[in-house]
Amino acid sequence: MSYNYPDLSGHFGQFGGTYMAETLIPAVEELAAQYAHYQHDAEFKAELAYELKHYVGRPSPIYHAKRLSQHLGGAQIYLKREDLNHTGAHKINSAMGQALLAKRMGKKRVIAETGAGMHGVATATVAARFGMECIVYMGAEDIHRQAQNVFRMKLLGATVVPVESGSKTLKDACNEAIRDWVTNVESTFYIFGTAAGPHPYPMMVRDFQSIVGTEAKIQMPEMVGRQPDILLACVGGGSNAIGLFYPYIDVPNVRMIGVEAGGYGIASGKHAAPLTANAKVGVLHGNKVNLMQDENGQIIETHSISAGLDYPGVGPEHCLLKDIGRAEYVAINDDEAIAAFDALCRFEGIIPALESSHALAHAMKIAPTMSKDKVLLVNLSGRGDKDMQTVAKVKGITL
Amino acid sequence: MNRIDIRFASLKQQNRKALIPFITAGDPSREMTVPLLHALVAAGADVLELGVPFSDPMADGPTIQRASERALKLGVSLRSVLDMVAEFRKQDTTTPVVLMGYGNPIEAMGWAAFAQRAALVGVDGVLTVDFPPEESHDAFEHLQRHNIAPIFLLAPTTKESRIAQVAKLARGYVYYVSLKGVTGSGSIDLSAIEEKMPQLRKHIKLPIGVGFGIRDASTAKAVAALCDGVVVGSRIVQEIEDSNAQNVLENVGRLVKELSVAIR
Repeated sequence: MSYNYPDLSGHFGQFGGTYMAETLIPAVEELAAQYAHYQHDAEFKAELAYELKHYVGRPSPIYHAKRLSQHLGGAQIYLKREDLNHTGAHKINSAMGQALLAKRMGKKRVIAETGAGMHGVATATVAARFGMECIVYMGAEDIHRQAQNVFRMKLLGATVVPVESGSKTLKDACNEAIRDWVTNVESTFYIFGTAAGPHPYPMMVRDFQSIVGTEAKIQMPEMVGRQPDILLACVGGGSNAIGLFYPYIDVPNVRMIGVEAGGYGIASGKHAAPLTANAKVGVLHGNKVNLMQDENGQIIETHSISAGLDYPGVGPEHCLLKDIGRAEYVAINDDEAIAAFDALCRFEGIIPALESSHALAHAMKIAPTMSKDKVLLVNLSGRGDKDMQTVAKVKGITL
Repeated sequence: MNRIDIRFASLKQQNRKALIPFITAGDPSREMTVPLLHALVAAGADVLELGVPFSDPMADGPTIQRASERALKLGVSLRSVLDMVAEFRKQDTTTPVVLMGYGNPIEAMGWAAFAQRAALVGVDGVLTVDFPPEESHDAFEHLQRHNIAPIFLLAPTTKESRIAQVAKLARGYVYYVSLKGVTGSGSIDLSAIEEKMPQLRKHIKLPIGVGFGIRDASTAKAVAALCDGVVVGSRIVQEIEDSNAQNVLENVGRLVKELSVAIR
């Protein structure tokens, strides 16, 4: 295998690394060591496989969106149904893996940051499943946008802490979770939501999420007799995308397209698409990545209709995949995502998450330009129940 | 030798401990920072830590977060902080100035350009909270080339092997973070510091400053007895927040005077 990242110190080329305050360095070093051990441990792997099958409901099916494809008149669109997982998104794949690791490390308290709330719900779920105390940090702005998920977390026994600093969204929730971790480092496991942050998180979250691509690699030949032509997935931090992409990196002729949040459009500056906008490389939340920042290195506020993509950075492996030309990155604006959301509801009876709607929107854009025998595989990373308030508001409806 | 080494050498001769106050540049206003620095020195500060405001201060508690937000609202950037140091140096050529903050503003400016400008205006040390030694190779080269000391943090969680590693790279002084937590949080555990100190001294031949959680003169005095310098940040920033433009210099001066008298 020619592609072999990260290196031992957690670098993906010039990206990644361990940019953390000294107090947390021993914690991430210990985590890296424990993960290095348990990822090859037969008992750990068996327990994770069991939980993924019987609790999460894996494997998730692949569904041929026939009516939508027919309507578009081009390439066939297939959906990897991560929305059918327990808790309704791909986030549980990694939350489960990390919780099993936390259990083995003797940590009885878990913390998480969340944007749309799906990672918060997944973390609260696994914490309840294993009897751990759970604290979820969530931007005050996101708490308004995602009230239903906040209630779900509370039902599951988690404490949801509103974060009032900065832009009151995902990045600020992340800051606050790091502050908690630095204070409670010995008792606490930080269940990180995406394939970013200090080493080993980008690698570990990728590995846990790779179940998505690993399954697809088996399922697609069964369904269509071959691998897809193009993989598409939305990218905020990029965990569902790297989960689908990673097992395909060494498969030739499979294109990969990561779809970022274009917000009001790249030209408006109000978006969350650091890769598409060629944002300068910088350091935030423990890793070096393409980062939306001003000329003075201050992180700028992002915008996306989808809280889960509303983040100024992106996982280091996506930065590398773009750099080496193995994956392409594009942006889809808020209104295009809403149109794709509507289309999937009407043509297929599936209500997608607004995050996943970005990936779908790009698939809908390119499908008509391709012949009918081409195959697109979209990671439908989550379901859209949580987005009812947001979508209703866009449509001028009060629920 | 730079100003930090000279200052600690002279303190050692006098058998004195260093008082190292921290303020955030641009808080409460751009105009007030240089007068505040002079007021700190007049009240007995030996080394000055000047915070470079950052949008995402992950290692800071609410007090310093708010100070950063106030400064950023006024448009204070790394470049303007360097200008403030230049202004300060017009009147004070001996008190060491250490810039403290996060790495990204420096990354954005470029380490080479930053180090050159910082040396020119009279910066003596740089502490970037989120750049551990492992990620600091490039940064070092540029700082060392301009005789600027890379200041490193050590924490209660730091293992002995890492202490030895940091000892090799550190210049100026080493900043021991006395508690697990963000700035301004918790209360200090003196016996834990006392216990850790021999392990630190075994490897670190530079002066050791201790900070985080020091809020009053009696704590400062007790901590000073265990190390070479006492860093006080959030308490001073809080005083700035609680004051107005008319009395801020006087209030901060009084507080720092109390601290400096206590540790003598």
